[in-house]
Amino acid sequence: MSHRTPAGRVHGLGSAQHGVDHWWAQRLTALALIPLIIWFCISIIGLIGTDHVTFTSWLSMPGRAVAMLLLVIATFYHMKLGLQVVIEDYVHERGWNVMLLVLNNFACVSLGTACAFAVIKVAVMG
Amino acid sequence: MAQVERPISPHLHVYKPQLTSVLSILHRITGVGLGAGTLLLAWWLVAAAYGPDQFEAAQAFIASWLGRLLLFGFTFSLFYHLCNGIRHLFWDAGRGFELKTVYTSGWLVVIASLGLTAVSWIAGYASGDAL
Repeated sequence: MSHRTPAGRVHGLGSAQHGVDHWWAQRLTALALIPLIIWFCISIIGLIGTDHVTFTSWLSMPGRAVAMLLLVIATFYHMKLGLQVVIEDYVHERGWNVMLLVLNNFACVSLGTACAFAVIKVAVMG
Repeated sequence: MAQVERPISPHLHVYKPQLTSVLSILHRITGVGLGAGTLLLAWWLVAAAYGPDQFEAAQAFIASWLGRLLLFGFTFSLFYHLCNGIRHLFWDAGRGFELKTVYTSGWLVVIASLGLTAVSWIAGYASGDAL
């Protein structure tokens, strides 16, 4: 049951009804990243100084490629959400604020796409 | 009417730094640092997609003193952000808010992130030497 007054509703005041989405997505990606980061760190230690052939054959195993893709997606999504909050908190000048928020989206999506494509390409074609 | 110069809320620097506040801002700093560090991850993966020469170049940079320094900072930031992130998830679940618990978990995060960084680098050097 809503306790909002009819006048409040008409004026469109209060929550825009999606405030929790950002918070929830940040926690979900954080939770997903716990096992993924542990796996990544252990794997990467074993891959120190490897040549190209060893690395590509390592990544060509489906389980590893999928884990790496999940890591990339969760990482860049989490990064986008986190940097967004930092920009919103510290950059108050309207122009800079909007510009940096746009740049943040472009940078995270671009880097994430580049990483995801690289993983798929290496996993499938070597 | 002239603008009245009212006192604004106290600046952060008047407060004595405490474990809680230092760890809090460190979570953001390491988060932003890790964001910058993803450029290295992207370079490494994309280089692997381009071919052996580009991959060797990326590997050589990571093995250089500057690469190792960046990677060391990245490793500590990653473990700190991971451990403190887990601490945040407990808070989100409504647990661990007592002042004593907040300090205990804070010190645990410091010890765990330093320990994990040390263990990783020791394992890394052992693994690198084994090649």
